[in-house]
Amino acid sequence: MSTSVVVTGLGATTPLGGDVASTWSALLAGRSGVKRLAAEWAESLPVRIAAPIAVEPSEVLPRHRLRRLDRCQQFALIAAHEAWRDAGFAFGDEAGFTVDSDRVGAVVSSGIGGIITTLDNYDILNEKGWQRVSPFAVPMLMPNGAAGIISIEFGARAGAHAVASACASSAEAIGYGIDMIRAGRADIVIAGGTEAAIHRLNLAAFGSMRAMSTRNDDPDHASRPYDKARDGFVLGEGSGIVILESEEHARARGARIYGVAAGVGYSADAVDIVSNDPDGMAKAMRRALADAGLEPSDIVHINAHGTSTPVGDTGEIKAIKLALGEAAGQIAITSTKSMTGHLLGGTGAVESIATILALRESLVPPTINIEELDDEVDLDIVRDEPRKLPGGPAAALNNSFGFGGHNVTVALRRHES
Amino acid sequence: MALSEQEILKGLGEIIEEIAGVEPSEVTPDKSFVDDLDIDSLSMVEIAVAAQDKFGVEIPDDELKNLKTVKDVIVYVQSKDVSA
Repeated sequence: MSTSVVVTGLGATTPLGGDVASTWSALLAGRSGVKRLAAEWAESLPVRIAAPIAVEPSEVLPRHRLRRLDRCQQFALIAAHEAWRDAGFAFGDEAGFTVDSDRVGAVVSSGIGGIITTLDNYDILNEKGWQRVSPFAVPMLMPNGAAGIISIEFGARAGAHAVASACASSAEAIGYGIDMIRAGRADIVIAGGTEAAIHRLNLAAFGSMRAMSTRNDDPDHASRPYDKARDGFVLGEGSGIVILESEEHARARGARIYGVAAGVGYSADAVDIVSNDPDGMAKAMRRALADAGLEPSDIVHINAHGTSTPVGDTGEIKAIKLALGEAAGQIAITSTKSMTGHLLGGTGAVESIATILALRESLVPPTINIEELDDEVDLDIVRDEPRKLPGGPAAALNNSFGFGGHNVTVALRRHES
Repeated sequence: MALSEQEILKGLGEIIEEIAGVEPSEVTPDKSFVDDLDIDSLSMVEIAVAAQDKFGVEIPDDELKNLKTVKDVIVYVQSKDVSA
C-alpha cells in the first residue's frame, strides 16, 4: 500500500482573481477573463485578445522584489504564499506549523519560462548595450527559476524541480510531487506551475500556427470549447500552486484536508509534435485510474484540457470514451478554459485546484459560450450553470496535454474523514 | 557645481530603496552594503549602473569591488565628478 497523498493548501492568481476564492466564485458565476489587448503592439497582430491576470503583481509584491523576478515567477510566488498560509504553515514571524525543511520539496513548472525577461533584455542589449542587461536576467529567464525562488522563500530543501511538458507542465509537477512523497523523499511538496507569456512574439508564434482564436471583436465569447464555431484557444496567464502532503503528516498536525491526490497517469504519443493523439490521451487517463486504484465508474467529473481548438476538443472527447468506456456518459465534463483562457504551464495546476474544489463543494463550474454543441461532442458537458455533484465517495480527473505529445491526467478523490 | 556629500547620499538612498527595498534612512555613510544593508553582489552591479545614470560617474568593475561602504561610494563619486 503506497503512501496516501492529500491536498492541504491551495493558491492561485489567475485572469479571474488574485486568489483561489475569487477565482472559484468567478468560475461558478461563468465569468470570462478574456479581454481585448489595448496596447499598441497588438494592433498589427492577427490575435488581439488574451486573458491577463486579474490582480497585477505590483499590487502585491514590493518593488525591489518585482524587479528581480520574471512576471511568471511573481505569479508563482504570490500563489505559493497563499497556498503555504492556507495549509497553516508558519512563515517569518507569523504563527503556524513549523515544518522540517529537509522534508519539504518544491516542484514548480513553466511551459516557456521567463520569456518576457528574455525578450526585454534582448531589446535592452540592442538599444543600450550589454551593461544595461539586468544582472538578474539569467535567474529570471531560466525555466527552473520559479522552483528555485519558491524553495528559497519557504526553505524547501528536499529538492526543487521544474518539469517541462508545455501545457501539461504543472499537471506533471503535481504528479512529480505525489511521487516525491510516495518515494519517501518529502512529507510536503509545494507543487504547481506558472506562465506569463502574453507578449507579441508568443501571440505571433501561436497565431502563425493558426492555433488561436481570432474573435478579436468579441473577447468574452472567444474561448468556447465544444462549440461548433470555436476557432482556437485564448492565451491566459497566471499560476496555481497546491500543497501536497502525506496523509499521515497532515493528520498528525490536524491539517484541513481538501481532497486526496490519488494518482497520476502519463503517456507520450510518439506521433506528432503539436497534435495530441486520442490513443495517447486515453492511455494517460487509464494509467491515472490504475495508479489511483479507481474504476471508471468512480469518476463523477472531468476537468478537461478542452482548449477550444477545433481538433483538440473532439480528440479529447474521443479519448475519454476510449479510456472510460460506458462510464464516460455518466461523467460531468467541463472546460474551465472557457473562462480563464489557456494558462499553458499554469493550466494543469489551476484546473486541478478547480477539480479539487468541485469535489469538495459538490459543484462543477460550467463551460461557458456553448451556443451550439459540436456534433462530435456526445458526452455530458456542463453548460451555462454549475452542476451539483452527488455526495458520498467520488473521484475526478484533470486532463492536461502538451505540445511534444505529453499527456498527463491527475486523479483526485473526495476526502472522507 | 560639484555634488555635495548630502546630494550623493540622498541619491544613493533613492537608488538603494528602488533596487534593494532598503529604507533611505538606513543608508548612512558608515553602513556596509553586504554586512549592514544585506545587498548582494548582483544588486551592487545594478546600483553601479544606476549611480552612473544619476551622478554621471562610471564605476568600473575593478573599482566597484573596493566600494564596501556607503562612504566609499560617496568618496569615489566625488573624486570622479566631472562637474567639479
